[in-house]
Amino acid sequence: MQAIYILWLRQMKKYRRSGLRMVLSIVQPLVYFLALGYGFNYIFEKAGRGSYIQFIVPGVIAQTILFTSIFWGANIIFDKQFGFLKETLVAPVSRMTVMLGGSLGGATIGVIQGVALFLIALIFGFHPYSWTALAGTLLCMAMLAFAMVSFSSAIGAVVNDMPSFMAVTNFLVVPLFFLSGSMFPLDNIPGVMKVIAAVNPLSYAVDAMRATLIHQSHFGLATDFLVMTGTLIALTIFSVVRFRRIEA
Amino acid sequence: MEDIITVRHLTKKYREVTAVNDVSFAVQEGEIFGFLGPNGAGKSTTIKMLTTLLLPTSGELWLAGTDVVKHQSEARKVFGIVFQDPSLDGDLTALENLQLHAVLYGLDRRKAALRTEELLKLVELWERKDSLVKTFSGGMKRRLEIARGLLHHPRILFLDEPTLGLDAQTRNLLWNYIGKLNREEGMTIFFTTHYLGEAEAVAHRIAIIDHGRIVAFGTAEELKNQTRTDSLEQAYLQLTGTAVRDETVSSADSKREMIRRVITNR
Repeated sequence: MQAIYILWLRQMKKYRRSGLRMVLSIVQPLVYFLALGYGFNYIFEKAGRGSYIQFIVPGVIAQTILFTSIFWGANIIFDKQFGFLKETLVAPVSRMTVMLGGSLGGATIGVIQGVALFLIALIFGFHPYSWTALAGTLLCMAMLAFAMVSFSSAIGAVVNDMPSFMAVTNFLVVPLFFLSGSMFPLDNIPGVMKVIAAVNPLSYAVDAMRATLIHQSHFGLATDFLVMTGTLIALTIFSVVRFRRIEA
Repeated sequence: MEDIITVRHLTKKYREVTAVNDVSFAVQEGEIFGFLGPNGAGKSTTIKMLTTLLLPTSGELWLAGTDVVKHQSEARKVFGIVFQDPSLDGDLTALENLQLHAVLYGLDRRKAALRTEELLKLVELWERKDSLVKTFSGGMKRRLEIARGLLHHPRILFLDEPTLGLDAQTRNLLWNYIGKLNREEGMTIFFTTHYLGEAEAVAHRIAIIDHGRIVAFGTAEELKNQTRTDSLEQAYLQLTGTAVRDETVSSADSKREMIRRVITNR
């Protein structure tokens, strides 16, 4: 436990010291929120779907977390390259501890970014349907962040160079994001896209956030959390297995 | 004297290459042991197996009575290691790097704080304890790594080319610390180096590995007598030949090199 805590603390310290990067990483989702939110709001309302600004906030929060978390594995590559990983690999702690400590750090950062975006959205007039349901949103953020960080760490454990890592993650992140219903409702899209969205785990995270933030759901909250829990467990195990196989 | 490191029939095979081929030797407790060999001879692979970073293909490894393959966690508490390449977190301070190490090794907090101060003073970095490690010079980093390697009172200290790239002053300082630790705490030192003069001066006994096999073993004196030469350098060249080796790097090493290139080009 102590070891997990100190590895988490390490990531927190590094994050706090990252300075401008902390602020910059929020800019991209903020642009999505403002440009698309205000850009499509009129059409969305005309189509009788209500406020697009309300609709897009859960999607943009999910996006922030996805983008921060899926590139987390780059830190594993840096730890390999700068040698720090060896320090943890020869220490009398399990590989699982090493993986969990780092991933909890990455997930915490993801949640911080998600909450920051939520607070900014409040300033721009977003209003959640219920303040108590926000607890569910927070849980959903944490689960999404941890699942994606674990997945990314596993890629970081397998791949040894940054170009390959970026190629793999970039290949995954765009379809994951755009085919998740984060930017549009899933009920009136062509069948193929519907199928893709239904097998995309991110769809369920977006849906759960939409359910807890604006009380709209496509799959139903129970299904959302069931799929998210399954994904979380599977990706965590995958990551632990990949960490066990790292050889220095 | 009891054997603290025992290696029996150790073999490591990568797909087509046998990096370490049926190696057996033992190191006594309290010894300063030099492990020499040309590039690609199997030095690093042997150290990695001894320090749990690589699993052997076959053979036995024992550290202070603990089976390294079967009881990794226990074995890891027995030794400290200073790697050939730095393994510190540059975004943390010197003190934070040591604190992290102390927690990973499950040390008592108060005792660890005292030991940390003592060690940072020993390696003359106490004044810089709150500086980020990325601001340190190569020599300072190496000193900090040594302090970190000693934090958990290891019985064995592995040093993989500890003096590589350091100036004569720092090298001298470093061997003085190491000698002191060996004399005062009875710590066993297992080191590799390419500086044969250094090995001759400090090592009680030496093993020379080449093409994955131990080709010589004994005191510097014995190796010189055996080869009828007057310096360890000459003895070494006679035992391993004068041909320059093309290092057969492991795939992980070559990948690491590739990352380094990509990052420095950015």
